[in-house]
Amino acid sequence: MQYGEKSLLRFTTTGSVDDGKSTLIGRLLYETKAIYDDQYAAIERTSKRKGFKEVDLAYLLDGLAAEREQGITIDVAYRYFETPKRKFIITDTPGHVQYTRNMVTGASKADCAIILIDARNGVLTQSKRHGFIISLLQIPHLIVAINKMDLVGYAEDVFNRIVEEYENYSQKLDIHDIVYIPVSALKGDNVVGKSEKMSWYDGTTLLHYLENIHIAADRNLVDFRFPVQYVIRPDLNFRGFAGKIVSGTITSGEEVVILPSGNSTSIKSVITCDGDLPEAFSPQSVVLSLTDEFDVSRGDMIVRKKNLPQIEKCLEAMICWMDEKAMAMTTPYIMKHTTKSVKAYITKIVYKIDVDTLHRKPAGTFLFNEIGRVEISTSAPIYFDSYKINHATGSFILIDPMTNNTVAAGMIRGTSGPIIKAIKDSEITNTANLKSPHAVWSGWNIPRDVREQKNQHKAAVLWFTGFSGSGKSTIAKELESRLFIADCQTMLLDGDHMRHGLCGDLGFSAKDRSENIRRAGEVAKLFFESGHIVLCTFISPFIADRQIVRKLFPENSFFEIYVQCDIETCKKRDPHGLYKKVLLGEIPEFTGISSPYETPVDPEISVNTDQQGMEEILNILAKWLILKGVLSFL
Amino acid sequence: MSSFTLSFLKQLESESIHIMREVAAEFKNPVMLYSVGKDSSVMVRLAQKAFYPGKFPFPLMHIDTGYKFPEMYKFREKFCQTIGARLIVERNEEWIAKGCHPLKEGVDKCCSHLKTDALLDALRKYGFDAAFGGARREEEKSRAKERVFSLRDSLGQWDPKNQRPELWDIYNTRINEGETMRIFPLSNWTERDIWEYIKLEQIPIVPIYFALKRDVIIRDDILIPVSSDSIDDYKKVKRMLCRFRSLGCIPCTGAIASKAETIDEIIDEVRAAKKSERENRVIDLTSDSSMEQKKKEGYF
Repeated sequence: MQYGEKSLLRFTTTGSVDDGKSTLIGRLLYETKAIYDDQYAAIERTSKRKGFKEVDLAYLLDGLAAEREQGITIDVAYRYFETPKRKFIITDTPGHVQYTRNMVTGASKADCAIILIDARNGVLTQSKRHGFIISLLQIPHLIVAINKMDLVGYAEDVFNRIVEEYENYSQKLDIHDIVYIPVSALKGDNVVGKSEKMSWYDGTTLLHYLENIHIAADRNLVDFRFPVQYVIRPDLNFRGFAGKIVSGTITSGEEVVILPSGNSTSIKSVITCDGDLPEAFSPQSVVLSLTDEFDVSRGDMIVRKKNLPQIEKCLEAMICWMDEKAMAMTTPYIMKHTTKSVKAYITKIVYKIDVDTLHRKPAGTFLFNEIGRVEISTSAPIYFDSYKINHATGSFILIDPMTNNTVAAGMIRGTSGPIIKAIKDSEITNTANLKSPHAVWSGWNIPRDVREQKNQHKAAVLWFTGFSGSGKSTIAKELESRLFIADCQTMLLDGDHMRHGLCGDLGFSAKDRSENIRRAGEVAKLFFESGHIVLCTFISPFIADRQIVRKLFPENSFFEIYVQCDIETCKKRDPHGLYKKVLLGEIPEFTGISSPYETPVDPEISVNTDQQGMEEILNILAKWLILKGVLSFL
Repeated sequence: MSSFTLSFLKQLESESIHIMREVAAEFKNPVMLYSVGKDSSVMVRLAQKAFYPGKFPFPLMHIDTGYKFPEMYKFREKFCQTIGARLIVERNEEWIAKGCHPLKEGVDKCCSHLKTDALLDALRKYGFDAAFGGARREEEKSRAKERVFSLRDSLGQWDPKNQRPELWDIYNTRINEGETMRIFPLSNWTERDIWEYIKLEQIPIVPIYFALKRDVIIRDDILIPVSSDSIDDYKKVKRMLCRFRSLGCIPCTGAIASKAETIDEIIDEVRAAKKSERENRVIDLTSDSSMEQKKKEGYF
């Protein structure tokens, strides 16, 4: 094999103090001839000065004076060795309780982890903690090396007992590939060469395993994600977007979408200094040029049109707190996610994890080295996937803007749903569970997802809110026609439909308006469950009412569209002559005139019919539907 | 290509390019420290690749002690001219004028004046907030502990016990007023990787990396090249076939006995090497923690 063609394996090693981690690494390096004579001579000198009989390989690894003085590992050390098959990068991480943050640092990029267990001591709390962190960071392969087998007489039952104990514990973890290897790092048993003392063990040696773990499949080659890092503009004729393909593959000519603008274009070329590539894949660093001239800058993400990440301002994540200053819920942090930095607030602590028992506990804050689950709200949408399927777009760090310290590592689990800023949850009457006495819910005969599959689009609710005459119905009608032509199942509901028949018993008092909207929501829900894209145009002036309707639908299927328009323009338009009637005193309570309109706090989409033309607004809506995965084209 | 696997040299290349682009995007005024050696040659090539088809958006800066090999100065001028890079040369003229020398001031003091002080003065003079360095973790044990993005306080000092966590490929580039960042894009490269990449990319290097018959004095197992100011005893001078494995200042850089006259022969030699790369660097041998101490004071 050509040297440059070898594959690369990054692995991390961890264990408690005195488990023999340094000896093990020393053994691997020594036997693969990665320790030089002068380095060996240097540690020999140090060992002698300290009065040890044998050369202590730990000195090779402890790079800092303080570590050698105290005989402990403080910080992550990186070591390199190779065999004819592979190149290895070891991140050697400290095992002490207080250095969890360094373990997270060292393990974040690893393909594989080795946990060392002293055969004499069995499974310690520390060994469990390390397993938990490895599971949290989703390192795909774990080797539990049971060390110092020479000191327990190479006994099979000792090995089996430890395996059983760890196996029991690891069932609670999310690690799918665990192997157990009995070794003696000091004597070299089963590290590089097969041990003759443990004939009962029929597995491979540690090095053999490291050389042969299949890691190519651990990468995400499906979801193309290209966070723009830097815009390259050598002259007026060229604009290229530099970045690393963090996951997936891309071919020149392919259609892509730019986030957050939602503009569609295609890849003109994939440029590298060594020539253009027909196809590129993760983890290549390339420059992309696009067919259309759009404004693209650092922090944007280029993705494939039919494979979008989630685009949200609120998310749920596991975090590991790494700062000595406790977490604060009231101050903003800076979230760095791919190449984008946004302001982020921790809005809720879901739970804290007791790493020793894996029990979840309520918590008011996070202290140094604590781990748990939180909800975070960001100042601008970020484009992410869950950490489990995509480490690159599912991870982030939090930075304290006062100190500029990195205070937390985060792994995204998903969106936390829309947060309600203006009103508290308790103030909303939740009508989703409103039911008549003795009614029993038995589900839908044909589930929505089956219908969606048949329709080839998702069900969704587009809720248009705004003054009378603002243009809600005009926009909705035009959009529905387009959706209909594109073979979508659609329905348009407006105030007049509702107030003929179903809501014919209601007037215009605040209470009746609320009931009208509640019923509209329930009707929309029926159409939604039958797989329709439901367009609802209701003035719906109250935030609480709109919130109640929103709660009827699953995340990412209800979209509030605020149709803005100056009240004077609305009066001029007056499509049904209502403003005229108000003026004549025929209608006592009218939104915008004699009854309030509560502006949406955080609508999914905001349009302004004073300033934007129909075509522009329709484009915005179409892009949104595509971005949200409701449709693949329009 | 269809297997979508990237060889590790290409993975290292991609990682380094990613790091360089992060720096260019997030710092106001970065500079690339250029030491004329092989690692610098590779680092510059990676910078060319990172910003292609544009030019890399930062100058190169050589901290010159005045004690470099003549071949290095010659190479530096030609190399920078060929690639069209802006080169800044900075020297601690005050101490150079005083005749600062390792045999007079001691190795550590001399390094501190001519390299560390000169570097810190230069960073302040130009207001650089970020400086790339070509150091590799494999080279030396305290470097093995350093982050890719290494924060330095307002005095340029490294605090090894209080390093920021560095996770995934997400780098915290934020610094407070007066602080600077050192960035090591070659952190994960080994000596052999550097040579293999030089071969693959046909990167020009200073000719004294290749073996030649030279006059040397053997001092503590180190072959010290003879220059007029370093000879104390002419009888000890030997003519030997040797080369420089790493380049530094003439008084502190030893040669190694070697027959390697081509890149391939150097690669073979590195593969079989019994001694580490910096074996010939007098500056590392003063104590077990000499590099760590220098780095704490602001060294590269």
